[in-house]
Amino acid sequence: MTDTAAAGTILRLEKIVKTFPGVRALDGVDFELRRGEVHALMGENGAGKSTLMKVLAGMYQPDGGRIHIDGLRCVLPTPIAAKEQGVILVHQELSLAEEMTVAENIFLGELPRSRFGFVDWKVLNRRVGDILETLNVDFGPRTKVNRLSIAKKQMVEIARALTHDAKVVVFDEPTASLTDAEKTVLFDIIGDLQERGVGIVYISHRMEEIFRISDRISILRDGSYRGTLVTAETDEDEVTRAMIGRSLDLSRTSDARVAPGEVRLAVRDLSCGKLFRDVSFELRAGEVLGFYGLIGAGRTEIAETLFGLRRPSAGTVHLDGEAVRIGSPAEAIARGLSLVPESRKEQGLVLGMNCRDNITLPQIDRMTSGPFISGAREVEIYDKYQARLEIKAPSWRTMVKNLSGGNQQKIVIGKWLSMAPRVLIVDEPTRGIDVGSKSEIHNLIRELAASGLAVIVISSEMPEVLRVSDRIAAMHEGRLVTVFERDVVTEDDLIQAISGIGEHAA
Amino acid sequence: MSRVETETAASGKPKEADESAPGPDTNRTLVQILSSQGILIAFGLFMLGFGLFSERFLSLENMESVLRSSAIIGVMALGVTVVVISGNLDLSVGSMLSFGTVMVVDLHDKIGAAPGIAVMMAAVLALGCVNGFLVGILRLNSLIVTLGMLSAIQGLTLIYSGGKNVDIDPSSQDTTWFKVFGRGDIAGLDMPIILFGLLAVILHCIVAYTAFGRRVYAVGGNPTAAVFSGIRRGRVVFSTYVISSFCVGVAAIILGSRVMGSQNNVGQGYELLVLAGVILGGTSLLGGSGSIFETVIGVLILGFIQNGLLLLSYPYYTQWIVTWFVIILAVWLDIAGKRGRLFSPIA
Ligand SMILES: Nc1ncnc2c1ncn2[C@@H]1O[C@H](COP(=O)(O)OP(=O)(O)OP(=O)(O)O)[C@@H](O)[C@H]1O
Ligand SMILES: [Mg+2]
Repeated sequence: MTDTAAAGTILRLEKIVKTFPGVRALDGVDFELRRGEVHALMGENGAGKSTLMKVLAGMYQPDGGRIHIDGLRCVLPTPIAAKEQGVILVHQELSLAEEMTVAENIFLGELPRSRFGFVDWKVLNRRVGDILETLNVDFGPRTKVNRLSIAKKQMVEIARALTHDAKVVVFDEPTASLTDAEKTVLFDIIGDLQERGVGIVYISHRMEEIFRISDRISILRDGSYRGTLVTAETDEDEVTRAMIGRSLDLSRTSDARVAPGEVRLAVRDLSCGKLFRDVSFELRAGEVLGFYGLIGAGRTEIAETLFGLRRPSAGTVHLDGEAVRIGSPAEAIARGLSLVPESRKEQGLVLGMNCRDNITLPQIDRMTSGPFISGAREVEIYDKYQARLEIKAPSWRTMVKNLSGGNQQKIVIGKWLSMAPRVLIVDEPTRGIDVGSKSEIHNLIRELAASGLAVIVISSEMPEVLRVSDRIAAMHEGRLVTVFERDVVTEDDLIQAISGIGEHAA
Repeated sequence: MSRVETETAASGKPKEADESAPGPDTNRTLVQILSSQGILIAFGLFMLGFGLFSERFLSLENMESVLRSSAIIGVMALGVTVVVISGNLDLSVGSMLSFGTVMVVDLHDKIGAAPGIAVMMAAVLALGCVNGFLVGILRLNSLIVTLGMLSAIQGLTLIYSGGKNVDIDPSSQDTTWFKVFGRGDIAGLDMPIILFGLLAVILHCIVAYTAFGRRVYAVGGNPTAAVFSGIRRGRVVFSTYVISSFCVGVAAIILGSRVMGSQNNVGQGYELLVLAGVILGGTSLLGGSGSIFETVIGVLILGFIQNGLLLLSYPYYTQWIVTWFVIILAVWLDIAGKRGRLFSPIA
């Protein structure tokens, strides 16, 4: 508990109501934020966290309730009005203009002008350069956004928040795709903001972060306010119970392990330009191979190469003992590969399509009876995975863009599971997924492996890799350092391997 | 123990929204209703309005005349709708129509009606393949490609015809079976209307109910995600252009058969009318949404506007201005519906 917590209230939301067709997303939610406080907002996927923050940021108009900033009642009809009131929102989903530079994105809408009304590039680039320096990133103001990795794009989003004289800064799952180093930088920035008396709302599904940086925790469940806890006086279990109405049932942890079967996938000396080099590994049926490493270590690129999205520059891939050259995702799918991609919004989903159509998209050819698609068969598949993954959606007709972030992720997972693949590759599968569902998905991965599937799990979260893998491949700068047996590996081994310390031969 | 103000209310699934939710925003539902059904409401009001002024307007006879005059634009708009759903444009349909019509009329007397139709269709489909190759396989910008094709095909037409207008020999105009497409009827219903209706039903089934149709929507909605889902994006885009050119071929047959002759520039400006019909129907130029059914409505609105103005004896060029106005209105309502309000500083 910090001493600033006693200071005055900077923001108060009262009885906020927001309905969407078929859903009451917010049902009279109260929220109070103090100056210099980090206030965590927690709740299951679809609980209404992002919606509440979008109301605060002027993106949605509430159907009822009041907003007070600095003791004054405010109406925030537009995001610009909210900005003028000093409310800044760092989005959960990236919202950058891909074709523009970092600097243009950061100052979008308020680019500094020279005397003649032209954009003053010098001033712009200098100011952005300064901000980027505090963020400790390795790209400049003139870099085009579409050249950046997801993590770096996230840093650009965060940089946006620092350009304004903010009273309230909202971070909606900012760390979902950040490396540990970037996370530390972010937490330092949050500390600075805190010292300047800014109120911070922090949304995350990661307990350890919440307990590391927050002062208080407010909890939402199914759109209603469930109370506020003081972080220093509570524990994970209590927070979980308030969130999901019960304790996390660890006894249901499925850890079925079967003796690995025949070699399903054998990769020899696979290289792809500078992205990764000489990667060799074997994957057996019934086995989960974790890929652990820093973001940018080349793990995603290996997955994309196996899935036919990139051409390898050297090396061979054997599937069930047969040498294969997979030139496109269509071929990969035909050979029984599934890839849950890293970025749901860009690679995983057609946002303007409904839930059902998104799930069945890769197998739409199998859905036909005669020349036409059988809608009933599709709904059957949707219903199955909706129940299995506990996807919260009003119906299959709901457009995916209207789902909460975590539920969108579940749609992507459902889409690829429903393909009944022989080799399943999942890239950061639980990004943005709440604690309860996360352990469900881990169980699911174990069960799939036990049923004879070969699974590759790419993750930047050590607990996740340790939880689901049989063996763990540690990667460092495009090279596969070592493959560890899960039963003997320690956290230290992994950390050393992925940071390139004491690199021993594989 | 810390302070938890746990509430006792049992909670289940997200609650159903009740209609009576109070708030400052109740008028948005009106806007949304207006725009979601906007096109049909506008259509209804419009028919009513004209109906009051002119008795003839709502007569069966007049309806048929509107349908007949819309058939050619309509047939072309069906194909262009498929292209637009996939996220691209086709501005070459107008000059492709000129090309097809000149060819089918010219070949009629030279090699006969059926071979003429076959050769013309092959030629027009080949042009569609060129569009499809450039946009789908080489992934060039569709606006540039088809705008270029617009003038290239115009040149091609002039080379083919040597700049002269073509006619079917007047003595055989009444005897050739070729006249059936433009002048024939079945049970009193004009052939062009039947062809338009038939093609609309077929394309609607393809777009709405087949795997191919689903892929078209996916490619238009998010090309990257489509590729990640194993969709061969190039092939899908290629096919949309082939479909579009097929529709142009059908339109050329109808037009050639009705007029029994053709000028080198009959299709000039049609690309914009066609696009207007598509947009009026509500198919978004951004791709990923829209439907054949909506396009049929859009084309009919366009037809009734022109017809109504003529009946009220405005000079024919007023229809250009009115059409423009109606398109802007339709697009505005469409966007307002997505935003949930009529004016908004953000997109
Ligand atoms: N634009 C919208 N249209 C319709 N429904 C929506 C819209 N935005 C959100 N919803 C619904 O409102 C509910 C709350 O969503 P919200 O995005 O606030 O959840 P969240 O708490 O942020 O979840 P997550 O942890 O998954 O990000 C969900 O049921 C969602 O489907
Ligand atoms: Mg959210």
